[in-house]
Amino acid sequence: MNKPFAITLDVGTSLLNHTGSWRTERPVYVDRLPPCNSTCPAGENIQGWLFHAEEGNYEQAFYTIMEDNPFPAVMGRVCYHTCETACNRTTLDDPVGINAVERFIGDEALRHGWNVEAGEDSGKKVMIIGSGPGGLAAAYHLRRKGHQVTVFESAPKAGGMLRYGIPKYRLPREKLAGEIGRIEKLGAEIRLNSPVSDVANTMKKEGFDACFLGFGAHVGQQVDLPNDGSVPVHDAVTVLRDLENEQLPDLHGNVVVYGGGNTAFDVARSATRLGALNVTVVYRRDRDMMPAHHEEIHEALEEGVQIACLRTIKGISDGQLELEIMVTGDDKMPQATGQTEMMKADVLVQAVGQGVDLSPIANLQGIVENRGVIQVGYDMQTGCAGVFAGGDMVPSPRTVTDAIGHGKKAAKNIDAYLNGKIYVAPEKHDPAPYEELNTWYYSDAPRSIRPILDVARRQSGFAEVVGNLDEKTAQYESRRCMSCGNCLECDNCYGVCPDNAVLKLGPGKGFEFKYDYCKGCGMCVEECPCGSIEMVPEDI
Amino acid sequence: MNQAENQKVRFYQTGTYTVGNRLLDGDIRTVQASSDRSNSLDSGHRACQGCGEALGARYAIDAAMRETNNQLIACNATGCLEVFTTPYPETAWQMPWIHSLFGNAAAVATGVAAAMKVKGRQDVRVIAQGGDGGTTDIGFGCLSGMFDRNDDVLYICYDNQAYMNTGVQRSSATPPAARTATTMPVGPEPGNQFGQGKNVPLVALAHNIPYVATASVHDLHDLERKVKKAMSVRGSRYLQIFVPCPLGWGSKPCDTIKLARMATECGLWPMFEGEYGEITNTHKLRRPSKVDGYLKLQRRFAHLFKPGQEGQLAKMQDLADTNIRKFQLLEEGSDDE
Ligand SMILES: Cc1cc2nc3c(=O)[nH]c(=O)nc-3n(C[C@H](O)[C@H](O)[C@H](O)COP(=O)(O)OP(=O)(O)OC[C@H]3O[C@@H](n4cnc5c(N)ncnc54)[C@H](O)[C@@H]3O)c2cc1C
Ligand SMILES: Cc1ncc(C[n+]2csc(CCOP(=O)(O)OP(=O)(O)O)c2C)c(N)n1
Ligand code: SF4
Ligand SMILES: [Mg+2]
Repeated sequence: MNKPFAITLDVGTSLLNHTGSWRTERPVYVDRLPPCNSTCPAGENIQGWLFHAEEGNYEQAFYTIMEDNPFPAVMGRVCYHTCETACNRTTLDDPVGINAVERFIGDEALRHGWNVEAGEDSGKKVMIIGSGPGGLAAAYHLRRKGHQVTVFESAPKAGGMLRYGIPKYRLPREKLAGEIGRIEKLGAEIRLNSPVSDVANTMKKEGFDACFLGFGAHVGQQVDLPNDGSVPVHDAVTVLRDLENEQLPDLHGNVVVYGGGNTAFDVARSATRLGALNVTVVYRRDRDMMPAHHEEIHEALEEGVQIACLRTIKGISDGQLELEIMVTGDDKMPQATGQTEMMKADVLVQAVGQGVDLSPIANLQGIVENRGVIQVGYDMQTGCAGVFAGGDMVPSPRTVTDAIGHGKKAAKNIDAYLNGKIYVAPEKHDPAPYEELNTWYYSDAPRSIRPILDVARRQSGFAEVVGNLDEKTAQYESRRCMSCGNCLECDNCYGVCPDNAVLKLGPGKGFEFKYDYCKGCGMCVEECPCGSIEMVPEDI
Repeated sequence: MNQAENQKVRFYQTGTYTVGNRLLDGDIRTVQASSDRSNSLDSGHRACQGCGEALGARYAIDAAMRETNNQLIACNATGCLEVFTTPYPETAWQMPWIHSLFGNAAAVATGVAAAMKVKGRQDVRVIAQGGDGGTTDIGFGCLSGMFDRNDDVLYICYDNQAYMNTGVQRSSATPPAARTATTMPVGPEPGNQFGQGKNVPLVALAHNIPYVATASVHDLHDLERKVKKAMSVRGSRYLQIFVPCPLGWGSKPCDTIKLARMATECGLWPMFEGEYGEITNTHKLRRPSKVDGYLKLQRRFAHLFKPGQEGQLAKMQDLADTNIRKFQLLEEGSDDE
């Protein structure tokens, strides 16, 4: 026996001792669905693209957005960002400026000319009606699947309400044109000045295999008012369309806009820019009931737009509007008081909603209409096989983002339909609520603020109001993301394991548990900042 | 308009609070974040689930290994750290390591350091380590002697606040009110006595040795920095690391780091550094809090939340408040990122 003094056994390593057998629960890495992603109507993987932006890899961030949404520069301007409202960081300080970062990425992509590629030709042809965000999103996703698409558009330019509704000072046209051009480069054909009056007929005539309807809602509605003809009355969508077509609407003197939605404020703010003397928005309910986005209201007020709440217009005479004073009832509905007052007006614009012109589908079998919009199934298909629809013409919150989401979803289902299959969406991950985070680990970081144009310049022209973040700030802002529910590669699990039972696989590859040694203490779960590890019971 | 310039420019999402962070430059990540850390204390050891001592030891020794280019010898006192790593003939240590007795780790280390000196191997550095019992009680004579002679040893005490290995008996590092096997929660003032025990880091400082520090397993960057600093000087150095013990404290294994964090943030575990008899730096609190949250997660303090114990609980808060005042733990805008 050739051993040192008093040594009778061979020295061995503790690795022979598989302490994993002590375990009753095991940690597993999971991806959870962060609230930003789960609320995005376009289904963007926001946490996913912020992850790339955090590293300064804006190109990869762009491609990640493009998986779901071909309009980052547009969305980074006009989206109502439900993601920010839902953002977990709100509980800590303020939400991540997702919208601002998306715009930065969108503008970078246009500046560098980044684009994706179309799929291999499938030999199938899809007809799309309407070049609004719904129709173009569908066209884009279908091109990526290799299907031929033809977009019919009645207007002289593409974009739908992005062009004929949302004014330039919120969405500069070169950005819109840039992103539409990118879709055309993928091979989508857009036929301008081409209204479709009979969908069934056009489909048959040109041999389309499927169809997506994205008519939008373009028929400006009006409240019928007794009018002695002393004040001209217009509807909002017509005014905004004329503005875009450079048939400058005559908005002079005292301009009154009737309605409390975004459209009303777009008209009011445009009127200010066109040199109106006084612009007043008249709304029948209380200020906090206004459907317009609070940022929009805020910017309008800064520009001098006045708001008269709890007023309905009863009639027009002698260049004056007769307003009835309302009060808010217990049911939150406005109630008439019988009291009236007069308001001087040179022009009245009604922004009280838009209807859909459904006449082109009169000849389609099986379409179900309900309250002026048409019914679609979970797959965005109408009652008529092979005809899908989305955007403002189906029941929806009527936003650009929803329309884009519809276009994407419809494209997936059209693709399946063309292949004789049924599209099954992948199962959703469990949510990543704030309680799953260990926020100790996040550094304090106040939200950054976007530059904004001086009020004087806003009142005198259509220059863009909200500016872009610079690169440093965009990166800073993306790094405020807490990566809820998805590994951010912070090495905490690897570090905090008392049993050295975590294997680090290297950048981008994450980690792996060494179950031979993991005792199941759960410290990695507790100390994971973003909640992407969970304990599951062992079957014993 | 460059908004980032007004903000803290070097911003990394989780900053340096996490072990690593893919956004950080490699050289500001911790030793523990690197795939080639030495894992001086390897898997397969028999410490309880969630053992803070096992974690603290790997943190400290790996950092010292990095600093010394792996030329390191550890002399271990008897205690959990010795027992759970080295049940003969098996060992979890991937480094030269020696165990002799419960009370003599400092003396053994002194001898090893002297031997290295004689052999002209000044590149080989020596660490002595043990639990709080082995350090503040039975090994205290050897430790004080080592300080007095200023032997070239870093002594690390893993403070889990009792004799854990033999079944949770009180040590002179056990906090007041804590239940241990020898300070049962009975009588009008249940648990350990107030006003006794000793603060060995301050006693060490009083020896005028080159470096003394307290650290905790919840703040790895701070801990590694202190080890690095300790290894950058010669002579006697002392580091006492706060290591929660789920078994002895009656806490959930998953809460070990959380408890360490709470102990510091409530003021009960002040972290400071001192050189040659003077305190040179204190770790400011980032999210200061009351002692209740920390105490509530541990069964050894459960009796403090029974009716009639409000006075005892208030005395615990007093201890924390005294520390906060004495070590000046508060600072405007506590986030140091
Ligand atoms: C003034 C205004 C401001 C808005 N601001 C915002 C905002 O900031 N953020 C936001 O998220 N949403 C906003 N919205 C809502 C948003 O614009 C719409 O929800 C969105 O554009 C709907 O998209 P869509 O594709 O369904 O239809 P649209 O964008 O309306 O596009 C439909 C297109 O189809 C064409 N078309 C219709 N019928 C035919 C036919 N038979 N043949 C050929 N072409 C046809 C139309 O000419 C049009 O170009 C705003 C709406 C308005 C009116
Ligand atoms: C001289 C001597 N007395 C008593 C013991 C029994 N003994 C072994 S470990 C231990 C407790 C160790 O406590 P501590 O130093 O705090 O280390 P911990 O186990 O808590 O990490 C005791 C009392 C011993 N080994 N030698
Ligand atoms: S008793 Fe405490 S110190 Fe000892 S191994 Fe268990 S947890 Fe660690
Ligand atoms: Mg102990």
